[in-house]
Amino acid sequence: MVSKKILLKFPNRLVDQPIVYKLVKEYNLEVNILKAKIMPDEEGILALELRGESSNYKEGLAYLKRIRVRVEPLGKDIIRNESRCTHCGACIPICPTQALRMDPITKAVSFINTECIACELCIVACPPSAMELHY
Amino acid sequence: MAKTWEEINSKIKQRKAVVVTAEEMIHIVAEKGTKRAAQQVDVVTTGTFGPMCSSGMYINIGQPKPKIKLGGGVCYLNDVPAYPGFAAVDLLLGCSQVAENDPLNREHPGQFKYGGGHVIEDLVAGKNIRLSARAYGTDCYPRKKLDTYINIKDLNEAILFNPRNAYQNYNVAVNLSDKIIYTYMGVLRPKMGNINYSSAGQLSPLLNDPLYRTIGIGTRIFLGGGIGYVSWHGTQHSPATPRNEKQIPLGGAGTLAVTGDLKQMSPEYLVGTSMTGYGSTLTVGIGIPIPILDEEMAQFTAVRDEDITAPVIDYSDAYPNRKSDIVGRISYAELRTGKATLQGKEIPTGSLSSYYKARIIANTLKQWIEAGEFVLTQPVQPLPGPESGMDAKALKERPVKSDLRTF
Repeated sequence: MVSKKILLKFPNRLVDQPIVYKLVKEYNLEVNILKAKIMPDEEGILALELRGESSNYKEGLAYLKRIRVRVEPLGKDIIRNESRCTHCGACIPICPTQALRMDPITKAVSFINTECIACELCIVACPPSAMELHY
Repeated sequence: MAKTWEEINSKIKQRKAVVVTAEEMIHIVAEKGTKRAAQQVDVVTTGTFGPMCSSGMYINIGQPKPKIKLGGGVCYLNDVPAYPGFAAVDLLLGCSQVAENDPLNREHPGQFKYGGGHVIEDLVAGKNIRLSARAYGTDCYPRKKLDTYINIKDLNEAILFNPRNAYQNYNVAVNLSDKIIYTYMGVLRPKMGNINYSSAGQLSPLLNDPLYRTIGIGTRIFLGGGIGYVSWHGTQHSPATPRNEKQIPLGGAGTLAVTGDLKQMSPEYLVGTSMTGYGSTLTVGIGIPIPILDEEMAQFTAVRDEDITAPVIDYSDAYPNRKSDIVGRISYAELRTGKATLQGKEIPTGSLSSYYKARIIANTLKQWIEAGEFVLTQPVQPLPGPESGMDAKALKERPVKSDLRTF
């Protein structure tokens, strides 16, 4: 069994193709869509969690590469731009996993990357736009 | 025994002044009492660092050849409209102005990624700013179009002018409705999901001089990383706001208009800011020195977060609809723990102003004074105090007769 989070980037000519359907139907993979952004005339972005037999997973990925979908591993994708963070703390009550915390003594806000689930709520809440989404 | 401004400044020039931050003063007064603290400490430094939407700059760009009169025309700085309605090449830009093609809140909540506050930050950072302008042309100023880059080092003047900054205490915001709201007090989750506040509390300038005994027109201050001055009382200055027994206002009260040379300032202390769903603004760092003239000033500057309470306002209804109801009162000591209890519910708190940066500002100002580089200025005129009865008024709307020009 394989279970991996991956990011698919596909050109707009593929936007109307049932890629996810094929992954399920022809390669017997379980698909959990984490994020999708598809805009007309722009590259489409689809973040997925794929689960299935190792051989099916490999073939599924080969299919994606064949139709020229770029496949990238989905890592920790929220990054704090340290030079923009003012340590105000507006992000803290918004973060569902306490990945953002204020030191009670120094009053500096720390970002604990390993506890971040990339929900992106901090991006919306950050006044100086220090929290950035990276793929 | 009281000290005079002159005595304190003479000690600063000789590098003999005892300068402490407002946080340090709390401990000194607790340990030694107000009398001894007043004898030993000469200056207390304060600091605040928060979004201040009433901030702006005016600049003079110098005349191109042939000359242009921007007044009466239109003008953009990095696509953000600037106001040119002055003499030929003077411009005003407010931090809350948004870029020309910003989608605003059409797709709610809008992001407001680039506005006047960001232009100010970029200019101060030394980046080139694109200036494009159209004018109508006159005999003495024939030019009708200008498209160029400007840089702070080439400008004749670049002045930060903020008509309302450094609020003395402020509202604390919650959302009682059942859907998320996006406000200038940040993202407020439904059903009191979070509590947001914005004050440096015990470090905040006007909370350390609650009756404006030493801060007034002409006071030299730390502004945006450089030196600035208090130029007037701020707009909506409301000294008559009710106060507690320590003279601390129970809600937003005094404000300051401040001005200073942008060429001395730093993007560390002037940060372009985007409040999702609300707009763009500028986060400004201000620090004000307070001379310890007597025991009363020692007492005032020993103010603690637990002494300062703020009204909790519902920003889904009471605030927008100008209702006076409050949800409760909370002290900054409680807010700063990261959670506060309201109506029996424990709720996470978030701050829009940075205490971390406020502390850096108070310490920087302390170092400037200790080094003898920064002397204090006695106000040329005091700010209106509680006795003035001054209180910000609301607008009374009047019906407009549509068939007549009334102006």
